[in-house]
Amino acid sequence: MCLAIPALVKRVDGGKAKVDFGEGVLRDVNVSLVDAKVGEYVLVHAGYAIQTLDKADALETLALWKEILEFEKDQS
Amino acid sequence: MKKTRADRGMTEKLRYRDPELAKKIAQKIREVTPKNEHVKFCHVCGTHEWTITHYGLRSLLPSNVEVIAGPGCPVCIVPAAEIDEAVQLAKKGIVITCFGDVLRVPGSDMSLLEAKAEGADVRVVYGVSDAVEMAKRGPDKKFVFSAVGFETTAPSTAVEALAGPPENFSFLVSHRLIPPAMELLLGVGDLNISGFIAPGHVSAIIGMKPYELFPRVYRMPTVVAGFEPIDLLMGIYMLLKQVAEGTARLENEYSRVVKWEGNPKAIEVMAKAFAVTGGNWRGIGRLPDSALKLRDELVAYDAREKYDVHVEQGKDILLGCECHLVIIGKIKPNECPMFMKACTPAKPVGACMVSSEGTCRVWAKTAAAQKIS
Repeated sequence: MCLAIPALVKRVDGGKAKVDFGEGVLRDVNVSLVDAKVGEYVLVHAGYAIQTLDKADALETLALWKEILEFEKDQS
Repeated sequence: MKKTRADRGMTEKLRYRDPELAKKIAQKIREVTPKNEHVKFCHVCGTHEWTITHYGLRSLLPSNVEVIAGPGCPVCIVPAAEIDEAVQLAKKGIVITCFGDVLRVPGSDMSLLEAKAEGADVRVVYGVSDAVEMAKRGPDKKFVFSAVGFETTAPSTAVEALAGPPENFSFLVSHRLIPPAMELLLGVGDLNISGFIAPGHVSAIIGMKPYELFPRVYRMPTVVAGFEPIDLLMGIYMLLKQVAEGTARLENEYSRVVKWEGNPKAIEVMAKAFAVTGGNWRGIGRLPDSALKLRDELVAYDAREKYDVHVEQGKDILLGCECHLVIIGKIKPNECPMFMKACTPAKPVGACMVSSEGTCRVWAKTAAAQKIS
């Protein structure tokens, strides 16, 4: 449950942002705990950005997340 | 390390999953491992356990180097009494919102899922903001959010509590803190831990400082590590080097995410919203200064006070279930007589088999883990 997923920040509006987790769908996350900038990546946990990330690191973590999801799906 | 579909599908080579690099680190690990000494490292994170078992990292380590899983699953350690409180609230007609993993965690008599089957309104949410939104859209109903999680999750509860949620919304806070649980493990007889792998995303919030006491007071090597296979191998290597040198330091393998000071904004909102108090942990018992409680000025949002629901004692462990030993790393899941017999992911008995972060669930779902004795 402490898994945090990187997402690309597309729009910022005060404490809220629209982000893309790599699916091409924009989702709302709360960015009040970080300094989120459009075009940068944030690490998202339970709808909240908890840290900012550089792009290369973000893409790799995204791959791990996809793999965990795929694995859970195969097993259940 | 095995190749996975996700690996093959990536156009860019994944640095943190590079099998050649993993082999090199494994070689370094062998070089630095003391020969005549059993070394046991403990992590406290369900996602660490996932990576370690899924990638078969234990098989890359020398036979005298062991990695065990401590209380790293925030869902597993919620005591039955706090599930009972949620069930009681649900039976009063209050809508309970919770994370998916919390649904099947056993209470003394029933889980929230069983309460739902009996007609209670229990809804799974992705995060606390969704629960607050639901309450805003349903002003004629009362909503309670079951706030489970370690320091990674607690700041989101804090932000929503401080923002002033609607009058029909309150929190059943079950947040717990990781450093007190690590300190407890050091007192468990015959566990004999030689070093800690500290959790990356808890540390993204709290930073490095709360771990300083482990090397200083307990002479315990401590390394904060990330979640990729290379991160964990590097973390283990950094710990082994300290063991070989006979030193104890606090080091950060996951510096691309974890800063020394953590996330100051998150620390600040947590301190504003919560007071630190003693709390019960399933399978462990009461730990001083290990739980969070809404501060007095936010008592209007504390579901326990608002609806006068206080369960002191619950049935944490069912007869035959050895979750209490798995949670503190005393036994491995396959040493429990129920593992994959009476207790399976489809029909879990104990909390460690319920949550996707529970050690038993991770082992059950990872074929590679079952080959590890």
